[in-house]
Amino acid sequence: MLSQESLQQIDREIAKYPPEQKQSAAMSALRIAQVEKGWLPKEVIEFVASYLGMPAIAAYEVASFYNMYDLEPVGRHKITVCTNLPCALSGGVHAADYLKEKLGIDFNETTPDGKFTLKEGECMGACGDAPVLLVNNHHMCSWMTKEKIDQILAELEDK
Amino acid sequence: MSGSGLILAGVDGDRAWGLQDYVARGGYSALRKVISEKIPPETIIAELKASSLRGRGGAGFPTGLKWSFMPRSFPGAKYLACNSDEGEPGTFKDRDILRYNPHTVIEGMTIAAYAMGCERGYNYIHGEIFEVYERFEAALAEARAAGLLGQNILGSDFSFELFAHHGYGAYICGEETALLESIEGKKGQPRFKPPFPASYGLYGKPTTINNTETFASVPFIINMGGEAFLNLGKANNGGTKLFSVSGHVNRPGNYEVAMGTPFAELLEMAGGMRGGRKLKAVIPGGSSAPVVPGNVMMDCTMDYDSISKAGSMLGSGAVIVMDETTCMVKALERLSYFYFEESCGQCTPCREGTGWLYRVVHRIENGLGRKDDLDLLNSVTGNIMGRTICALGDAASMPVQSFVKHFGSEFEYHIENKKCLVPPEVQYEGSQIYVRP
Ligand SMILES: Cc1cc2nc3c(=O)[nH]c(=O)nc-3n(C[C@H](O)[C@H](O)[C@H](O)COP(=O)(O)O)c2cc1C
Ligand code: SF4
Ligand code: FES
Repeated sequence: MLSQESLQQIDREIAKYPPEQKQSAAMSALRIAQVEKGWLPKEVIEFVASYLGMPAIAAYEVASFYNMYDLEPVGRHKITVCTNLPCALSGGVHAADYLKEKLGIDFNETTPDGKFTLKEGECMGACGDAPVLLVNNHHMCSWMTKEKIDQILAELEDK
Repeated sequence: MSGSGLILAGVDGDRAWGLQDYVARGGYSALRKVISEKIPPETIIAELKASSLRGRGGAGFPTGLKWSFMPRSFPGAKYLACNSDEGEPGTFKDRDILRYNPHTVIEGMTIAAYAMGCERGYNYIHGEIFEVYERFEAALAEARAAGLLGQNILGSDFSFELFAHHGYGAYICGEETALLESIEGKKGQPRFKPPFPASYGLYGKPTTINNTETFASVPFIINMGGEAFLNLGKANNGGTKLFSVSGHVNRPGNYEVAMGTPFAELLEMAGGMRGGRKLKAVIPGGSSAPVVPGNVMMDCTMDYDSISKAGSMLGSGAVIVMDETTCMVKALERLSYFYFEESCGQCTPCREGTGWLYRVVHRIENGLGRKDDLDLLNSVTGNIMGRTICALGDAASMPVQSFVKHFGSEFEYHIENKKCLVPPEVQYEGSQIYVRP
């Protein structure tokens, strides 16, 4: 179900916790699985649960509770923009509007070519860098301007 | 990032976060001292008490006192957790501490583990800052390789294992018992207290949880002594503190200053008001803290006591600055949406109440407000506060109560005229993408 590399990464996470507490690695294991698969289909969640020796339902609960897990397919690149108040005061909402206009989609939509999904995010703990956006959950982009957004989209277009 | 403080002092440069640079700045000397002089745990806790260090995570609880609750001689596992789940809107200090000075957190946690007899610790890092999580892991590896972490630290019989745990998007995991549930690989839902974590924490074992900045302050306290740390600030408000300044200023960012620094001075450090516009309001301690009108704020100093006298809280030290282009109804609408979105749903007053608050503020903002809506808002908050498992209920209520209290006329104008007091084009201009000079 998962590649050898992903399994090795998961094993490294398991080793962080006491031997009888493998479930503690559930969040990381789901993250690693999502990076490989692009999103978390039911079978992948079940696989992670059995790999960690926990009930499948407990792994679903985790996957559905935390909002960076995608339980539906997303575009090749997921862009999350923070629109919470501190960011909004420095252009968070305008940056989101610009992205919507450029991509021709609203929040929670994917471009017809399947390349981009746009999400509205809550505070990312980077409000001093506003506007900020997160690319594919793991790469934060600070001090966004329209030009920088253009640049990021162009780079992602080819990836 | 800037400042003449302690934690952020000398952290400029690409490799400043690394072990070598940290040691060159005097890093790990506090841990070396504790171990080589075999300083008794009680002495460490006494220094912390003398320093008047108060938890930097929001509640401001005295750290020395918290550490003294841990049953040091309790047989079996005891745990330490660092709360780097920074998700309170406006707060972005722990991210800078972890990426620019991660070893001070590792050193602080290791001293804490020594003082409380913990064998293992976890640093819970906010989901959205994966790159910072990776940086922290790299710092952990450096510390282990140098014998500063792990088995028999610095050749002594003291051992402490420390790991990073990565969150994945849930504000509520910043609440300390939700954080523990999350480390256990579960949904992050807060636990009923009591029992408190000091008796029943991670995996049911005694656990102490502190904020990143709290741990980062510890090595400095050990090195300079509790009293000297206290004297950097003012009585009951020891030391320096990082303030995350966001919103309508010219230089948003973190500023580490002495406790008791006048707000006006902090505002000046942050470059003053953007476009020279007039200060309208400040949320001085993260989005959960009551809003303070600008003129009142200008007379405050940045410490627990002064901000509390002004009717708010120092909280996490997140200072959200709003100028005259801000519509207070719209500002509150966004915050209320956040709490509604982030409620874990366990308690009815919070789950239903946060939705209700958001819907009422939303309809006022959209010209559909009703005459008695302000009374309704006050009554809903009254029914949430004090009736929930964790403090998120209160956190959602305090902004509503304070916005209505201080800017009630703006809400009434909305209800009567079905539009904002601040013209839309003015708001539009004031919320433009801020391009740094
Ligand atoms: C909803 C909620 C969110 C919280 N978020 C954080 C957080 O992001 N970081 C933090 O350190 N404390 C947060 N806290 C406070 C913690 O529960 C806890 O008091 C703190 O981590 C203790 O550390 P300290 O004593 O060093 O401040 C939050 C509390 C609540 C109720
Ligand atoms: S107050 Fe809200 S967030 Fe806290 S436990 Fe209850 S429902 Fe969950
Ligand atoms: S409000 Fe956007 S990162 Fe904090």
